[in-house]
Amino acid sequence: MSLDATNELGAQPRRNVSELQQSGKIKPVPFRGGGFVHSRHRFIAPILFVVLVILWEIGSQTGFISNIALPAPSEAAGAMSDLFETGMIWNHLSASLYRLVVGWSLGSLIGVFVGLAIALFSLVRAGVSPFISALFPIPKIALLPLFIIWFGIGEGSKVATILFGVFFPTVIATYGGVDNVDRNLIRMGQSFGLSWISIVRKIIIPGALPAILSGFRISASIAIILLVAAEMIGAEFGIGAYILMAGALFATDQLIAGVAMLSVLGLTVGWLISRAEHMLLSWRA
Amino acid sequence: MELILDHVNHSYGDVEVLNDISLSVGSGEIVCIVGPSGCGKSTLLRILGGLEKPDAGAALIAGDPPADSLNPLTYVFQDFALLPWRTVEGNISLVLEDHSVRKDKARAIITDVLARTKLSEFANAWPRQLSGGMKQRVAIARALSVNPAVMLMDEPLSALDSQTRELLMDDLIELWGQVGFSACYITHNLAEAVRLGHRIVMLSRRPGKIREIVDIDIPLNERINHPAETAAIQRRLWEAMRDEARAADRELSDVA
Repeated sequence: MSLDATNELGAQPRRNVSELQQSGKIKPVPFRGGGFVHSRHRFIAPILFVVLVILWEIGSQTGFISNIALPAPSEAAGAMSDLFETGMIWNHLSASLYRLVVGWSLGSLIGVFVGLAIALFSLVRAGVSPFISALFPIPKIALLPLFIIWFGIGEGSKVATILFGVFFPTVIATYGGVDNVDRNLIRMGQSFGLSWISIVRKIIIPGALPAILSGFRISASIAIILLVAAEMIGAEFGIGAYILMAGALFATDQLIAGVAMLSVLGLTVGWLISRAEHMLLSWRA
Repeated sequence: MELILDHVNHSYGDVEVLNDISLSVGSGEIVCIVGPSGCGKSTLLRILGGLEKPDAGAALIAGDPPADSLNPLTYVFQDFALLPWRTVEGNISLVLEDHSVRKDKARAIITDVLARTKLSEFANAWPRQLSGGMKQRVAIARALSVNPAVMLMDEPLSALDSQTRELLMDDLIELWGQVGFSACYITHNLAEAVRLGHRIVMLSRRPGKIREIVDIDIPLNERINHPAETAAIQRRLWEAMRDEARAADRELSDVA
């Protein structure tokens, strides 16, 4: 009977592993997986930073690094504390932050609106997007003299430089993001009788938000670069003006202090955008 | 209310996809449309729900939809089409907000449809946390929330594994027992068609023409007890379709 036959097969004794191990005829399958996975190392970066600064300080103290080529970190820290003592840091920082915040916010706001218009209306796309492509690669700092004529030597020209620098990447990020929204979700909205404005507000904008936010990350860095460049050309206060003055006097300790301020500014902006992503895109996990 | 397709023809460019299709979906009736891949099933459904205009012929509505129906022709999509940035509850309230159903009334509807689709404890879950089967249940709950006169279901179970498919088919039959919805149900799976369809319309390969219409008299909830009859119908349909399916499989295609 077939049933008995299967029973017999099942009852066959399995090969005894320990027996085989003794005879040496058995070995484990070699492990070939693993690696190529990122694990989090929270403290590596700060430790590495501190170690580098200490090595740099030692190099400067022993004369291995010439003081003319690179000032010691302690000297740069001294220049920084001078800034705090004289209170000049607030003049420089407030001037720079004002330009950065106004220029970036306006540029982003207008950029998102124009990006949405390009994405949603094919007439606007046909008319405007070639101009965007043509104007995006122009270094905005090259237009600063024009901006000075148009918007004055004061804050206007600096804010305008940042605004234009931020505007173009934001437009491109926004309409790229809208183009990538799942068409099926839009069709779903239509099939349930949602109004046009509801589809834009509840489906298209949230769907494009990840792309818009990563565009913000890029535009914020561009804004900082343009801020310094604009301040170097004509400004009394500002981090860029401070760095330019330090460079002109070959006060390299002040120069390093100014660069450190920019670095902290960049890190802060990056952190703020991460917070915004965390809050607005919590659904992504 | 009855949904009718009247001599519909449709082409994409030079490629004719539908040829002289006439059919109707009556009240409380599930009409399954089967056919080989690329026979224009999905196009047919888009025309039925007004998402696409046919080249010739028309989709018609006979009689008025029930007064409390917010969206008489409502789709259930193969890929669920849930908004990933809204919770289960939020996805259902999305389609109510635009019909000015708010607050307590919306809450009552959401609670009701979640209970019907056995999702009550998942109201605050994100779509990414749900399995495919649960996502499709959410999509079905969303469709029920607008009280549709006809549900237009585009391969609703095709993205699911076979076990989940079985479970959802049982749920759909139970739901039909409770609500008695009407549906036009597109599938390439004959087993689904035989389990869920009061009537099965078989299309030929492109250009899609109606090849055969089969009415099945066995009540939906008793079909599981008549395996021989349903298997015979399924077999007969497959015999009729096999050559078409084989030919369709070997066809070069430029349209989705």
